[in-house]
Amino acid sequence: MLAGIRTRDLRKIYTSPPPLASGGGFGFGNTRGKGNKQPKPEIVALDGLSLEIAPGEIFGLLGPNGAGKSTTVGILTTRVRPTGGQAWIGEHDVWAEQVVVKRRIGVVQQRPNLDFSLTAREILLFHGAYFGLDSHERTERAKALLDRFKLSDRADQMVRGFSGGMMQRLSIARAMMHDPQVLFLDEPSAGLDPQTRLLLWEIIREYNQRGKTILLTTHNMEEADALCQRLAIIDHGRNIALGTPRELKASVPGGFLLRLRFGQHAPELLARLQTLAGVREVRATTDSNDTDSDNGDHSADVYADRGGSLVSEIANLASSASIELCDVHISEPSLENLFLHHTGRSLRD
Amino acid sequence: MNWKTFLALLGRDAHVARRNLVPSLLQTFLQPLMFVFIFGRVMVSSGYMPAAYKSLLLPGIMAISMVFTGVWAVAMPLIAEFQFTREIEDRLLAPIEISWLAVEKVFFGTFQALVAGLAVIPAGWLLLRPGVELNLRHPLSFAAVTLLVALFSACGGLALGCSMSQTHIGLMFSMVLTPMIFFGCTYYPWSALAHFPILQKVVLVNPLVYASEGLRGTLVPQFPHLPVLAVFVALTIFDALFLGIGLRQFHRKAVS
Repeated sequence: MLAGIRTRDLRKIYTSPPPLASGGGFGFGNTRGKGNKQPKPEIVALDGLSLEIAPGEIFGLLGPNGAGKSTTVGILTTRVRPTGGQAWIGEHDVWAEQVVVKRRIGVVQQRPNLDFSLTAREILLFHGAYFGLDSHERTERAKALLDRFKLSDRADQMVRGFSGGMMQRLSIARAMMHDPQVLFLDEPSAGLDPQTRLLLWEIIREYNQRGKTILLTTHNMEEADALCQRLAIIDHGRNIALGTPRELKASVPGGFLLRLRFGQHAPELLARLQTLAGVREVRATTDSNDTDSDNGDHSADVYADRGGSLVSEIANLASSASIELCDVHISEPSLENLFLHHTGRSLRD
Repeated sequence: MNWKTFLALLGRDAHVARRNLVPSLLQTFLQPLMFVFIFGRVMVSSGYMPAAYKSLLLPGIMAISMVFTGVWAVAMPLIAEFQFTREIEDRLLAPIEISWLAVEKVFFGTFQALVAGLAVIPAGWLLLRPGVELNLRHPLSFAAVTLLVALFSACGGLALGCSMSQTHIGLMFSMVLTPMIFFGCTYYPWSALAHFPILQKVVLVNPLVYASEGLRGTLVPQFPHLPVLAVFVALTIFDALFLGIGLRQFHRKAVS
């Protein structure tokens, strides 16, 4: 029995601070007035998000903090009530058939939320019991998962003393304990060392090969590239690009991105850069998040078919116009460039 | 409703309670039993209190222990688990309606309050003897009152636990539980407030008054007490009220 994921025109507006798992992307700072006279602050987390994820697919939601990734996962896992729109796991409406849906999903939250009153093994055993597994099956599965996630030597210790990486591994093992059809992983490799990350990727691929659907959110390009069969890039609660990693990367003009910084404002120079062979697009950038605001106004992004060989030509043009070229950064075709191209800001901003 | 899940949730709470048995026993019984010892034994044997006070005090102490245990058993884990660590999340994702999760907490809290209440009787009797005169004329009424008190404490714990944040725990004890205990007719019968007519009316909003008076009326009916029927009605109303508030608050906390 395979189950996919579908959402139609999902909207979510928070009138109180969103759950902690949504990350730090929302600013509530000064919006609350004294005496509650001011209207409640409204935060639009999702703005008409529609997705169609096939059964057995590894699908990635890519976006910066506060883009709406965790809210999407929250709605799909019955933990957040949508303001508008609908979501389905398989044939089941998530909000209307919560218990049926909860049986079919496994969830790993961004922040470890382990039951601190229990040991690692007990966490898996009780989780299995909540899902009605019999005692023998629970014991067997818990043992296998503890082995697979390399947690056997600490299995009978309280999880309070676990490191972040161990907690994360145990959270993922717990989500797999009842063998769900659909697995949600919200930033699964955040805080993991590279070795554990590779182990995790291997386990995710294995699980997927058994026909399971996996939705993962990440702002790690490498992870999205390595794992996901398809990706949606979301920002401000909207889907801004959708496709396989290869298709998405190919959609960036030229593929290469050269980020330039000049010593002074140079609109004519930018116009001349446009005429260089292989240059597809030149954009002056005004990066308001740049901490050094003096530099922000004199930067430009050049999308081109080639990278390194352009640098000397750009430097020549700049020196003939008596403009200092302060900094050059070349990135090869990547999802990061794609994100930058669509939103004008970096994924890590 | 999914019994397997419900029982597994109960199993988890029982397992954790067993693990914390000694600290929770100390927490529940140390203070009330010290109170029983000082007021029931030291004050009485030295002649500052009449001997009959021993019997009057026991139902009040029983009410305090039950309410304290029920509130503590339900509210404290909820406050902690809904906080930063969101420990409760794995149970919110268990295949059962969210309300049943709250009902499970109330069920388990009621059980703990019952155990605490019933344990006070032999413990108090041992500390106070001789001279405690219990007159259990209607065991069924006593059982019903005890059950309603236990349920009230667990429902109150649910309502409090889902309405307070971790930073307000101290406030919960100093602003809610302490006044409730002192104005809850625990150490004195309600009729003793006859000289303070306004206060006597005001304390009727305190559910603990009905708890202590109900236990007094069924355990030591030789002392003046509120009519047991009134106690039944009031406790039933408070139980329903707190359960309603608690479930609503639980949903608010559980779903954003």
